[in-house]
Amino acid sequence: MMRYSGFRVFTQGLTGNTGWRAAWRKPAPKPEYDVVIIGGGGHGLATAWYLAKNHGITNVAVLEKGYLGSGNIGRNTTIVRANYFLPGNSEFYSHSLKLWEGLERDLNYNVMHSQRGLINLFHSDGQRDAFVRRGNAMLAQGDDAVLLDREGVRRMLPYLDFGQARFPIYGGLYHPRGGTARHDAVAWGYARAADQRGVDLIENCEVTGIDVENGRVTGVQTTRGMIRAKKVAMVTAGRSGQVAALAGMRLPIESHVLQAFVTEGLKPVIDHVISFGMGHFYISQSDKGGLVFGGDLDFYASYAARGNLPMVEHVMEAGMTLMPMIGRAKVLRSWGGIMDMSPDGSPIIDSTGIEGLYLNCGWNYGGFKAVPASGWALAHLIATGQPHETAARFRLDRFATGHLLDEEGTGSQHNLH
Amino acid sequence: MRISCPCCGPRDRREFTYYGAADYLNRPALDADASAWDDYLHLRDNPAGETRDLWYHDPCGTWVAVTRDTVTHAVIAAEAVA
Repeated sequence: MMRYSGFRVFTQGLTGNTGWRAAWRKPAPKPEYDVVIIGGGGHGLATAWYLAKNHGITNVAVLEKGYLGSGNIGRNTTIVRANYFLPGNSEFYSHSLKLWEGLERDLNYNVMHSQRGLINLFHSDGQRDAFVRRGNAMLAQGDDAVLLDREGVRRMLPYLDFGQARFPIYGGLYHPRGGTARHDAVAWGYARAADQRGVDLIENCEVTGIDVENGRVTGVQTTRGMIRAKKVAMVTAGRSGQVAALAGMRLPIESHVLQAFVTEGLKPVIDHVISFGMGHFYISQSDKGGLVFGGDLDFYASYAARGNLPMVEHVMEAGMTLMPMIGRAKVLRSWGGIMDMSPDGSPIIDSTGIEGLYLNCGWNYGGFKAVPASGWALAHLIATGQPHETAARFRLDRFATGHLLDEEGTGSQHNLH
Repeated sequence: MRISCPCCGPRDRREFTYYGAADYLNRPALDADASAWDDYLHLRDNPAGETRDLWYHDPCGTWVAVTRDTVTHAVIAAEAVA
């Protein structure tokens, strides 16, 4: 086991960097595991790590159909925040942010977590009132929130267009502990840490069937053969519907495409994460210098992992409305991620009607920041059979029982969250 | 993406508003039990491939059931439903 440290970087630098070893093994699947996790993305890898670390369960395999971190964990806009309003969401994301703050030490891996602060802009008195309520909910949860007036925003973000008439900037809700992290490093860090505890990370291994006998899960069929397991967790947001269908389940999920964009590298110009909700636009600047920004869904069901031009145009317009200075930057690339959209905009971490089969899905736009708490909660559920206290409301049956967690209050339509 | 409105012919996607899966056409009876309403409002087949969903053509007010491919974005057929 190789520990990463500044000293090791220094000594490796002096010896030609010849001593680095692969960050994780490439094991062949064993015939049987205590727990099989379907999906080697952020949530699946975090689940494996917390199973090992918190519960001592290490006879675990993570099955990934492509390579580790090849899904949405490497295709997002990397924002980490805890600014939720509803009980049920608030404590979960608060827990997640606390885990983020200790993550690099925990994993011995630099995930480049940067608490540069996040500012949600508002543009009317009504919106200000809503943000005051949200900020108070964040404070009540023990997180941080600062209400900025127009001049406060101007001091921090002098480059915004304060003269525009359509969405005049009234102020913003500043969340100083919000920020960004390097997305693939999060997958790699969890993978390496889980591997060191004995978890088998099995790549290029697509699950083609879930075996159930007498209402109890017994294993999975894969492109690398059958693997028996006492417990199986489906952690495949983006493809949740297809995987759950292998177990005969129909989910409250509709898949949508969300686009994001990166410009050429620029000198540091945007120091925070800025969210312009009224215009459907948010932006931050990566450590490499590229402006990373995005907007809303394309709004129709899609698995294409690419969007259409109308939303590209809309996002660019919104960006130019807010900060005309970015008009000179050239967009290098754009891409689309497949979002598990649930009818209330909140996720699902729960057991299923099949004994030993667990479900983690429905992350909508916001799966990245949830990775640590999601893995923590699912590991707790798998190990103890009980929902973790921070994720107790993310139940699969809440849609049937009416206990929805509709953070934005937009109703039971999958694409409106 | 272009969708053939049964009333107006092929039109740009921007003229249409997406509503959701064609499941919305199968509204349960008012006295149906809660699971029927859960099915109708929440649960989806969500196929990767051919699907059928509802779009509203804003200029002419036609509700259109569109058969299309969620992987390629190809539009296969469109028929008026209201």
